[in-house]
Amino acid sequence: MIQLMEKEDAATAADQRNEIVLDTRELNLWYGPEQALKNIALQMSEKQVTAIIGPSGCGKSTYIKSLNRMVEMNPLVRITGQVMFKKRNIFHKNYSVEELRTQVGMVFQKPNPFPKSIYENVAYGPRIHGIRKKKLLDEIVEKSLRDAALWDEVKDRLNENAYGLSGGQQQRLCIARTLSIEPEVILMDEPTSALDPISTLKIEELVQELKQDYTIVIVTHNMQQAARVSDQTAFFLNGEVVEFNDTVTLFSNPNDQRTEDYITGRFG
Amino acid sequence: MPTNRQQFDDQLNTLRSALVEMGRKVEEAILNSVKALKETDLDLAQQIVDQDVEVNQIEEKIDEIGTTLIATQQPVAKDLRRILTAFKMASDLERMGDLAVDISKVVMRIGNDALIKPLVDIPRMAEIVQLMIAESIQAYMEENVDLAYKMAKMDDEVDHLYSQILRELFVFMVDNPKTVNQSLLLCFVSRYMERMADHATNIGESVVYLVRGHRPDLN
Amino acid sequence: MKQNTDQMNRMKQRLLLNNLMKHSFLFLTLIALAVLVILIVQVFTQGIGWLDWNFLTSKLSLNPDRAGILGVIVGTILLMVVVGPVTMLLGICTAIYLEEYAKKGRVHSFIQTNISNLAGVPSVIFGLLGLTVFSRMFNLGSSIVAGGLTMSLLVLPIVVVASQEAIRAVPQFLREASYGMGATKWQTIRRIVLPASLPGILTGMILSLSRAIGETAPLVVLGIPVLIMPVPDSLMDDFTALPIQIYYWTLDAVLTAEYANLAAATIIVLLIVLFIMNSAAIFIRNKFQKRY
Repeated sequence: MIQLMEKEDAATAADQRNEIVLDTRELNLWYGPEQALKNIALQMSEKQVTAIIGPSGCGKSTYIKSLNRMVEMNPLVRITGQVMFKKRNIFHKNYSVEELRTQVGMVFQKPNPFPKSIYENVAYGPRIHGIRKKKLLDEIVEKSLRDAALWDEVKDRLNENAYGLSGGQQQRLCIARTLSIEPEVILMDEPTSALDPISTLKIEELVQELKQDYTIVIVTHNMQQAARVSDQTAFFLNGEVVEFNDTVTLFSNPNDQRTEDYITGRFG
Repeated sequence: MPTNRQQFDDQLNTLRSALVEMGRKVEEAILNSVKALKETDLDLAQQIVDQDVEVNQIEEKIDEIGTTLIATQQPVAKDLRRILTAFKMASDLERMGDLAVDISKVVMRIGNDALIKPLVDIPRMAEIVQLMIAESIQAYMEENVDLAYKMAKMDDEVDHLYSQILRELFVFMVDNPKTVNQSLLLCFVSRYMERMADHATNIGESVVYLVRGHRPDLN
Repeated sequence: MKQNTDQMNRMKQRLLLNNLMKHSFLFLTLIALAVLVILIVQVFTQGIGWLDWNFLTSKLSLNPDRAGILGVIVGTILLMVVVGPVTMLLGICTAIYLEEYAKKGRVHSFIQTNISNLAGVPSVIFGLLGLTVFSRMFNLGSSIVAGGLTMSLLVLPIVVVASQEAIRAVPQFLREASYGMGATKWQTIRRIVLPASLPGILTGMILSLSRAIGETAPLVVLGIPVLIMPVPDSLMDDFTALPIQIYYWTLDAVLTAEYANLAAATIIVLLIVLFIMNSAAIFIRNKFQKRY
């Protein structure tokens, strides 16, 4: 009996901890006449890592880009449905993309630092949000670089151009840049696909660290990566969610035969 | 199934046929060991001991292929379960092979002494155990969960026969202390066979795990 | 494959033709080069003796021995003072609007086509435009402002197209990075796009200025007076510029033979100025090329 009660307590605690941050409801998206996302429904919990896997062209990149509305940079895009971010629909006309993207940051496939110094790259975010005090900027830059596990490598050359860094360091710089604006959610669109294995592992470890403070959505081609870093995994196929499950289950005993075929490399 | 991992699938098939072959050899060893006991055939007993090496070799081969596949192919889901199952089954079968060897050694101990009684229950037990092994292997080949459950049910019968044999031999030992030596050896034989049935049940569990992804308790 | 005689013959023919083409191209290139060399040699032999410090620092005069081009140089510089800021402002703003803000639609392609076509309009037409609008309508006469505005119109398409190219060359991923952090369009343009495209824009600016320095026709149409002008000291003054002075001296060489030498000396000055400006453009382009 006591055991049972403890179990229940643990369950409610887990529920409280894992409040739904991003709630996608019947999201449909078209590129011109072509439908790229069909009735997507996914819930992402606070401080959890959600991985999105699927073959090329399955819509996973389109989906993650619709979470911060970057997808709308393509003028052909048409969207129906809702994505509730902390109970507000991000597609509502009163919700500015600038406000949304301050809350939902993004790390891109290819490291894309600005052609500026390391310091200026990280200070860019606070600057555009109106922070001018040098001291405060210094603090933010240092904290962001520390959180991105890059500080020790670059603290003596903050004024050098960011393009002098290695690919892996550049990607961590981009993560630091995203952290500088303290978003709630970090979207990562295949963040390691351009990196070597060691840099990849460093980023993966970083994701585990960041999970303490951020909700993370990561699109990846690398299924082992999804299995290693995520708490839950969504398998996309032809613009639909085939299976959304906790990662261990999805990779050891998936419910859907198409998921099984994909993760065991039998197609895709 | 559409497939673009031909080499991997070929290797998995190799694993599978190795298990089937191992099962066949163990089945034969068990059948022969009881036959040697019944007929006090020392040559046959020796042959069983010698042939156990082959069973061990197959187990090593299965371990090797499985390890290589895990290291190189990053198997997940059913592929991973297939390999884990192969490890577990090979280990169960190898234990069964050893138990057949143990029975053969009992045969050699008894040597050319006359049996204290004609054996009835022990050969019956051996028949059931052999059937269990055959069916467990078949269940594995067909990935037939129902057959695995049905096979595991036979374990009850084996347990029943086991306690019956123990009771009978106990009576023998009490009546005639001269038979204690052979009676004890026969007790061991029936104990070995009861263990075999447990291993066969384990194989049944492995089959269920392979197909469904969770391991039931069939004992 | 075993080679037979047939194939070997064909191979010989192909190699022969290749050689022939190579040498013809070289020959034709040399012809063009030879003309250029003759021109430069001619100009230098004629003008170099007249080019000295006095020539650069004296005012215009009817007497060839005393004539200098100080006023002409000042006129040219003041002309650039007008052309530079005007084209920079209009050109960059137009380019930013077209590349970053305008929706890609009919209006956009209409403006785009017109700008491209303007770049191909003969400079005399721009002169007529300047005459009608600036000289007469705004009553600016043949002042530096009138000339500068006319020149600005002439080179504007070049600046716009060059700036557009430079802005387009800024990789999309830099913009995405900026937008992805919640930056507005203007913040992205000011802090990311413009700094990254500035070298390209500057290159285009310099090249268009050097075009403006060398243009004669629009100024002729504006009616720059054929007079000995004083050194201009305000933007509303009448003026003369290097190519115009060359033009008039060459015309008047029929009357006074030495004017031809003065023209040659002025050509040398103009060539040197153009050479320096073009080198600067190339330098900037190479130095800042592809840092991302």
